[in-house]
Amino acid sequence: MSENKKIEFSIEALATAKKIMARYPEGKQKSALIPILHLAQTEFNGWLSAEVMDYVASLLSIKPIEVYEVVTFYSMFNSKPVGKCLIEVCQTSSCWLRGSDEIVAHIKNKLNINVGETSADGMFTLKTVECLGSCGTAPMLQCGADFHENLTVEKVDELLEKLRNKNERSSYLKSMITDR
Amino acid sequence: MGKKLLLEHINEPGIQSFEVYRKKGGYASVEKALKSMKPDEVTEEVKRSGLRGRGGAGFPTGMKWTFLDRRSEKPRYLVCNADESEPGTFKDRYLMEHLPHLLVEGMITSSYALGAKTSYIYIRGEYMYIVRILEKAIEEAYANGFLGKNILGTDYSLDLYVHPGAGAYICGEETALLESLEGKRGNPRLKPPFPAIAGLYACPTVVNNVETIAAVVPIINIGGDEYAKIGVGKSTGTKLISASGHINKPGVYEIELGIPVEEFIFSDEYCGGIWKDRRLKAVVAGGSSVPILPADLIFTTAKGEPRLMTYESLADGGFATGTMLGSGGFIVMDETASIVENLYTFSRFYHHESCGQCSPCREGTGWLEKILHRLREGHGKKEDVDLLVSVAKNIEGKTICPLGEAAAWPVASAVKHFRKEFEEAAARLQLSAVQKAELATH
Ligand SMILES: Cc1cc2nc3c(=O)[nH]c(=O)nc-3n(C[C@H](O)[C@H](O)[C@H](O)COP(=O)(O)O)c2cc1C
Ligand code: FES
Repeated sequence: MSENKKIEFSIEALATAKKIMARYPEGKQKSALIPILHLAQTEFNGWLSAEVMDYVASLLSIKPIEVYEVVTFYSMFNSKPVGKCLIEVCQTSSCWLRGSDEIVAHIKNKLNINVGETSADGMFTLKTVECLGSCGTAPMLQCGADFHENLTVEKVDELLEKLRNKNERSSYLKSMITDR
Repeated sequence: MGKKLLLEHINEPGIQSFEVYRKKGGYASVEKALKSMKPDEVTEEVKRSGLRGRGGAGFPTGMKWTFLDRRSEKPRYLVCNADESEPGTFKDRYLMEHLPHLLVEGMITSSYALGAKTSYIYIRGEYMYIVRILEKAIEEAYANGFLGKNILGTDYSLDLYVHPGAGAYICGEETALLESLEGKRGNPRLKPPFPAIAGLYACPTVVNNVETIAAVVPIINIGGDEYAKIGVGKSTGTKLISASGHINKPGVYEIELGIPVEEFIFSDEYCGGIWKDRRLKAVVAGGSSVPILPADLIFTTAKGEPRLMTYESLADGGFATGTMLGSGGFIVMDETASIVENLYTFSRFYHHESCGQCSPCREGTGWLEKILHRLREGHGKKEDVDLLVSVAKNIEGKTICPLGEAAAWPVASAVKHFRKEFEEAAARLQLSAVQKAELATH
């Protein structure tokens, strides 16, 4: 890939972005910013570089700073590159009561990384997050759009193996937009 | 078995689809409202039902609807709060995932009452897989004439959209949610003006929780008076409780408001008792923000009466001996749980989620996390226990939005009811400091 490859949505992604913008009243297209940033993160390898943020700003005809300040506010937006699979383990009360510490320790050990780091092969990034609404099926982790619940270390091993074999980039988006 | 008004058909195969949902009587409230009721009559039924907001604050829904500025020339909006991020709360997720059409139906009936022509469901970004489920339900509702232009041949038209957030607890606070929906950081707004006057795009707006909007469906179907017969006093109807922690049967339960707390914890119909045959130590009854109560206080009020699952009974005794129903996030801890460690997870959460606008909250939540961290690691000081209380006091009441209180209450109550545990944690550290000094001299 050339260094100067122009940052641009695919034709499909651009069509989706246009559709999202049309959901908000005339003149309020900035409302589409967060959904479009999700789209951009999926399009551009799981993170939002300054160039990508500038591109999104141009799409919505807003100032780049309006994009930067949003990206840095929300925990689901990555302003640095991440591994192919972003593993997010919940560590809040209900998950902690049911053993999330053990799950985090196991993943750290298994992948030989600390929280916030990416495995040497670029496959996994480990992140700890706060309550994801799976407290009744704790402990849990999220990878892309998928929730993995009632975790045990065995289940985690199985999952990591499966993800490694699948070798696909995780994404929060799974056909978020229907045709209408 | 208690009455089920929301989850009655949840185990019906295919209930996620329009076809099955409709066969089970779905969308009857839309037909009834649009064809035989004026918008204000719908609001009147909601008022009579006594329904109170299920998002946490328990504000009467019908009254909130009457505050909406109907004289304004501007468009009006209904925004559904599906941000659900209060630790211990997962009922909205359950409802949306399994009964998406119930929410869509509630949105249509409620939007009609409010005169909204465009409505949004703001859902936390982490629930992205549910965005797909809701989008599909909405698409089916359009295809069957329940959304779009001239619904059911009437002159009422409505567009409904799902809007994902991107990870921020504060966006559950209604004005932060509106900021976020406008494409900005989720910084809460100063009130007044309230959203009912100037909300989304400075237009009159009602923000309601997922469960609140879903409850409008049975209210219109059976009538407000009938709904109000369920429950006790000002706690009417049914409520979804998210039960988690050290219990045999974690999950979402629809209860008739008014059942005893003891029954909820020990009955096999609900939590099924404490796991591993252990004893109950403490309960956080309404999501992370409400005061924690030790076992004796959760079963009986200070007056010695059995405590009930109602807004009033849980709050009985104020902050001295009571708590709150809040969002219905019911977290149970057994005798082995460390209150200090559990509180640490809450304080870390609030520090992480503070939007940073107000110094007392931005700085104070950081202090709380830091102090609890060192207590937990054994590096604390004796003074830390009082320092926690003092920091919490200095956040409470000094912020634009109630995240400050949400961060302060768990701390104040945990230290009040479990002071000894905090002092022991602090002593453990002192001891280790002495030991360290000793080691250093050898
Ligand atoms: C910090 C904070 C977080 C909140 N989070 C939520 C939430 O996730 N879901 C919700 O419905 N209400 C939440 N609320 C309450 C909302 O501000 C608002 O009161 C509610 O959406 C109104 O709907 P209701 O009357 O139907 O409960 C939160 C409030 C605060 C202060
Ligand atoms: S505490 Fe982990 S999902 Fe709620």
